[in-house]
Amino acid sequence: MSLRHFATGLGLLIVGIVLVAGLLAPYIAPHDPFAQDLMKRMIPPEWMDGGSALYPFGTDQLGRDYLSRLLYGARISLLIGTLAVVTSGLIGITLGILGGYFGGRVDDVVMFAITCRLSIPLILVALTVVAFVGSSLTVVVLTLGLLLWDRFAVVARTTTMQVRTLDYIAAAQAAGASRLHILTREVLPNILSHLVVVATLEMALAILLEAALSFLGLGVPPPLPSWGLMIAEGKDYMFFSPWVIMIPGIALFVLVLGINLLGDGLRDMLGTGRRV
Amino acid sequence: MKPVLEVANLRVSFASGTRAVRGISLAVQRGETHCLVGESGCGKSVSSLAIMNLLARGATRSADILRFHDTDLLKLTERQMAQLRGDKLAMIFQEPMTSLNPAYTIGSQMAEALTRHRRISRAKALDRAAELLERVGITAPGMRLAQYPHQLSGGLRQRVMIAMALMCDPELLIADEPTTALDVTVQAQILRLLQTLQRELGLALLLITHDLGIVARMAQRVSVMYAGEVVESASAEALFARPTHPYTRGLLECIPIPGASRRDAPLGSIPGVVPRIGPDFKGCGFRDRCAHAAPICAEMAPLQHAAPNHDYLCRLPPDWPEAAAA
Repeated sequence: MSLRHFATGLGLLIVGIVLVAGLLAPYIAPHDPFAQDLMKRMIPPEWMDGGSALYPFGTDQLGRDYLSRLLYGARISLLIGTLAVVTSGLIGITLGILGGYFGGRVDDVVMFAITCRLSIPLILVALTVVAFVGSSLTVVVLTLGLLLWDRFAVVARTTTMQVRTLDYIAAAQAAGASRLHILTREVLPNILSHLVVVATLEMALAILLEAALSFLGLGVPPPLPSWGLMIAEGKDYMFFSPWVIMIPGIALFVLVLGINLLGDGLRDMLGTGRRV
Repeated sequence: MKPVLEVANLRVSFASGTRAVRGISLAVQRGETHCLVGESGCGKSVSSLAIMNLLARGATRSADILRFHDTDLLKLTERQMAQLRGDKLAMIFQEPMTSLNPAYTIGSQMAEALTRHRRISRAKALDRAAELLERVGITAPGMRLAQYPHQLSGGLRQRVMIAMALMCDPELLIADEPTTALDVTVQAQILRLLQTLQRELGLALLLITHDLGIVARMAQRVSVMYAGEVVESASAEALFARPTHPYTRGLLECIPIPGASRRDAPLGSIPGVVPRIGPDFKGCGFRDRCAHAAPICAEMAPLQHAAPNHDYLCRLPPDWPEAAAA
């Protein structure tokens, strides 16, 4: 097995584990992630001095079980990642296909929209929006979704341009297919493999951005156990109890790495003319 | 008899100013094969796309007559035209390797061709697809229906394309160089297939090609195109027996005839390439490459009759080849 296959397999494994952990969180979490117990604050993880098998990853400053919060946090990360990608995918793919297929003035408008979007500072706008509207899961998802569509649009546009000139599009026209049919049934399936790769990359980005927003206190509102929020809440204690930021930090790193490895693997598998 | 397709003075120009088609006229009868022949860039494909109203953006078409049976194609909206395309008016493209969508099975694409135009269940459409695949000489059609285009060879794909074009019982089939991408054996099979189908179904076939061998084999009527014009139009026998336009004669001289062409004698060729025709072009498009060009050719090229139903576009009199030989 080559290194490349190994990396893809590893990515798949990581994403699979996090997915299962998130889905099964209510069943496998040892404690209630919201239950506070001030008598059991800052218990170190099991493998450190003073650790307890009851709290494998220790507890936070409010005495909540860290493993349980981590498991529930996986749900938040995946949920935000997925929904943000679906939203931005819908916007970006629609714009990209329209621009790429019709060209001319339509394409000018789409390119202008992409340029505008690229000149918007992501974090700053996300911060402003959340600061004005107030933070909630929906707001974070919509903000990220409305900001991350540019790469979808660029890739959908260029791939559509390549597909548009192929004979089967002309053949579909000659067979009396409507425009909508050509865009959704002839073009879309043939550019989907490229878009799947973009989706994985954007998902990783959305998860990181959510963590960043939450760290800044403008993402998911407490007491929801977002990984970014866990890092933020732990930063005051990091000198004496470094695990409170290391554990969610490593989880975040591993998940994003996994998604990126999976995305690279998908690109290799789907990318180079598997079908003629 | 009223022709299935009647075209008069069809013109196509591009936004760049190029006049790709400059007033061609032709008619295709039921059960007739009409060959549109000419070299690359002479406007054959553009003409066929113009008939189907599938020209790319930036191209404009106009015509005095563009009629399919009694339907004036010039007056149809895009929606009405789309209903006609693939139904009564079908088209086969040059490149069988890319003319099928790689994302769908053969069966699903073929069934779609029928369900798009008829109220018919998918199962019935698939039955018809299997029947047509068998008809175009594909064995085990049931298996082929479930396959994807990349699993089929070029010849098979072109058969599939033909079968797909026949799904709705078209009355006119436009085939744009249907055998160019295929090797000679497969080419012969496909041509034979087209001939059989045409005879059995009474199709009107507009066959676009650059291969005079195909013309000789298939055509009842021939229109020779050069630089966007039909320079000579005749029945196939008349055209091969008595080619009158210098371009047609030049084309025929380019073909070696086994036994008749002398060994070591250079094969005929027409020097130069097809000129780009701008908006203010006057006279004969062939004059720069023609051995018989005269000053008047820069002014005009009159339409003359060599015989009934045999027209050509040149200043030379109909009997010039004999006069030149004498």
